[in-house]
Amino acid sequence: MTTARTHPLFTVGHRAVSRVAGPLIVVDGMEGVAYGELVDVETADGSVREGQVLEVDGSLAVVQVFGGTAGIGRHATSVLTRGRAARTGVGADFFGRVLDGAGRPRDDQPPPLPDAYRHVNGLPLNPVARDHPDQFIETGVSAIDGLNTLVRGQKLPIFSGAGLPANELAARIASRARLSADSAGVVIIFAAMGVTRREAEFFRSELLAGDAAERTVLLLNLADDPTIERLLTPRVALTMAEYLAFEERRDVLVVMTDVTAYCEALREISAAREELPGRRGYPGYMYTDLASLFERAGRVRGGGSLTQLMILTMPDDDITHPIPDLTGYITEGQIVLSRDLDRQGISPPIDVLPSLSRLMNAGVGADKTREDHRELADQLYACYARGREVRRLMSIIGESGLPAEDRRYLAFADAFEHTYLDQGDERRSLVSTLDLGWRLLAPFPASDLKRVSAEQLARHHKEESESG
Amino acid sequence: VLAPSDLAGTVTAVRPGPATVVDPVIDVDGHPVTMLQRWPLRRARPVASRLPLTTPLVTGQRVLDTLFPVARGGSAIIPGGFGTGKTVLEQALAKFSTADVVVYVGCGERGNELTEVLKQFPQLVDPRTGVSLMERTVLIANTSNMPVAAREASIYTGITIAEYYRDQGYDVAMMADSTSRWGEALREVSSRLEEMPAEDGYPAYLATRLAGFYERAGAVQCLGQPGRTGSVTVVGAVSPAGGDFSEPITQNSLRLAGCFWALDTALSRQRHFPAVNWTRSYSQYDLGAWFDQEVADDWSRLRDWALAVLQREESLQEVVSLLGIEALAAEEQVTLRVGRLLREDFLQQSSFDDVDASCPPVKQVAMIRVVHAAEEAMREALARRVDIADIASAGVLAELGRMRRWSTEDSGDSATRLAARVGEEMSSL
Repeated sequence: MTTARTHPLFTVGHRAVSRVAGPLIVVDGMEGVAYGELVDVETADGSVREGQVLEVDGSLAVVQVFGGTAGIGRHATSVLTRGRAARTGVGADFFGRVLDGAGRPRDDQPPPLPDAYRHVNGLPLNPVARDHPDQFIETGVSAIDGLNTLVRGQKLPIFSGAGLPANELAARIASRARLSADSAGVVIIFAAMGVTRREAEFFRSELLAGDAAERTVLLLNLADDPTIERLLTPRVALTMAEYLAFEERRDVLVVMTDVTAYCEALREISAAREELPGRRGYPGYMYTDLASLFERAGRVRGGGSLTQLMILTMPDDDITHPIPDLTGYITEGQIVLSRDLDRQGISPPIDVLPSLSRLMNAGVGADKTREDHRELADQLYACYARGREVRRLMSIIGESGLPAEDRRYLAFADAFEHTYLDQGDERRSLVSTLDLGWRLLAPFPASDLKRVSAEQLARHHKEESESG
Repeated sequence: VLAPSDLAGTVTAVRPGPATVVDPVIDVDGHPVTMLQRWPLRRARPVASRLPLTTPLVTGQRVLDTLFPVARGGSAIIPGGFGTGKTVLEQALAKFSTADVVVYVGCGERGNELTEVLKQFPQLVDPRTGVSLMERTVLIANTSNMPVAAREASIYTGITIAEYYRDQGYDVAMMADSTSRWGEALREVSSRLEEMPAEDGYPAYLATRLAGFYERAGAVQCLGQPGRTGSVTVVGAVSPAGGDFSEPITQNSLRLAGCFWALDTALSRQRHFPAVNWTRSYSQYDLGAWFDQEVADDWSRLRDWALAVLQREESLQEVVSLLGIEALAAEEQVTLRVGRLLREDFLQQSSFDDVDASCPPVKQVAMIRVVHAAEEAMREALARRVDIADIASAGVLAELGRMRRWSTEDSGDSATRLAARVGEEMSSL
């Protein structure tokens, strides 16, 4: 019985749809069907949609229908099972293509020819098989390269707010990232979930320009595409990326946007499945679900890396909201955008105080970037934090109430924001970023710079006098 | 060879010679017994008796050992929002605490963190044994994208293995990073079983399950001969949503653990690490007598002094944040200056600095003595009507920032010399 069931020519059809609820249908008489199995849903007019088994309970099965359930009735609908697992094609033929959220072509060309098929959920990596990420990626953005360094294999989100330029920042990093000489060059897989047509067009023109198309794949799930496909989109993207990274040994950058839209889809499906809601109505398993996406990053022994850059719009700019909160527990740091800086015209508007790269220590230093990198970053951060604190104090006691020492920090904070953070469209090399950092510290006497060793001070610190 | 705890009878045969873990080594009443043992995870292993907790597990972290020490056989929780340094602290404890065996459970967290342990530990040497740290560490890996149901098992696997080594007479430290993921797994399974949810969706038996785990820590007299004692110290990280400690896992664990090491987001934003909040944290273990006897007889006195200064500094800071430092009297400004010395030059400690990563108690007390001496010198200068601005900005105080780089052997002498220099410079003002 089992052998016959899994034979590709053997199809079982069920005509017992007992309920249609949102994007889900409940089918009776589905004994022997497997969890996660792909099925075909054939409606009365003969059109066929794909679906996936979400739940199995005795003879009942809950199927989520890709493409939505509009037009599906309880009668005259057949669910056909072929013993197929949820897989996607992967391989080099996907470069330069624009696909929809489920991996079907969106650019009026025939479907790409896969080199192989892989399950969309992938498999968790054994920590022993991993290599610790420590290879610097030069993004050209000082706030990242200098203070929150990105390395190959890291998962680093951009915490943005409505209207802030996270898309521009992500596109910029993706198109300008430079790896060290031992890499064959970075390959980009871009997954957009619930984006508007305008945003989709922006990414298409930014990422497929010129010869970048040869190393880029775009998966676009638009805001009015079926919600159910939103859950599939990142998984298809990551499966393609894992094949290229861990089997073809390429350095892959996966950019995903917008994680918030993904979480809303998760909430919608969870409600349709009548699950008990957790915080703010999101399902209790949202941490694990997001982890099943974000943990699909890293370096494997033998070469190849998968770096993830995800964009997350914080609802109401609230970093304690479940979506950024849970993401922060999973990812290796965060780049936080500030509305305040954006209003002042600072671009990119990165607030370095709440930002963090947990893998920075491994990726900087004498043999990786430069020997003063870590200490300079610590010192810039400390001075800027103090400058912001002085600014707050000033708003209460006025500038004349500030001691002279504090005014130096205030001036530093202003200079830092307007020269280090604000770089417009300029792409800065790491050396320029580091040297700029030292120039900004010049007004401080050496004795104030407690985070830097005497050795580095001697080499890089050129103290200015107040009047000079 | 450790005999199985539930085994009783007479040894009828001994099989000498080399053996694998599955080869029988003795016969008891005719039944062969192997070195390999199996034990049900959720059942605590039996002991002869439980002992009072009188010695500390020295962690090498100044803020913990000096202010909030954990007892050998006790338990501690480390709650904190993301980015506050829970994992860095747990890994530091796994590297440097004075345990014979370390069991590190990665429960629902990042795979790369476990890879880091796998990479670093073989290269680090335990100074007490001269052997690589990996030789004393058991690593249980359940990453966040591995099956959720396995998270529950991973915690119990860890504590059972810890008890096994305890029964051999070792002092074991067990780190669980992070217990919140275990709680989430409990919640998921409970909701699938359609049980009535209690607070925040967790099952009503959450407190009981947590107790069943934390109560397996302890110092014990082991069963059998030769008579020996062992201990399991449990350190559990907690990841409360939004960094808000009022949630069920944190609150229930607080009732069960003897030490509360609260990690503070504000401190971590200021890059003050370890970000242990000295106002909210506490230790219920009475270990002052041990430190006074084994390290220095002024240990408890200095500890109480330090906590008092930090408390006073905190309330003065509220005034400063509204009115500026000029609003304070000179004596209070000295308190602020001493508080800053304590925070920046004693409490802050870098896990990434090869000298500062671990600080033995003898170096800790040397360092804190210098800060105490500095306060005395400052107050003495103030009594001679020296201007507070000159006192607070005295150049010699910057040298306290280099104390962390002293070697342990020289710390006593270096401390005496530095304290003397501070005294000299203050009296010359």
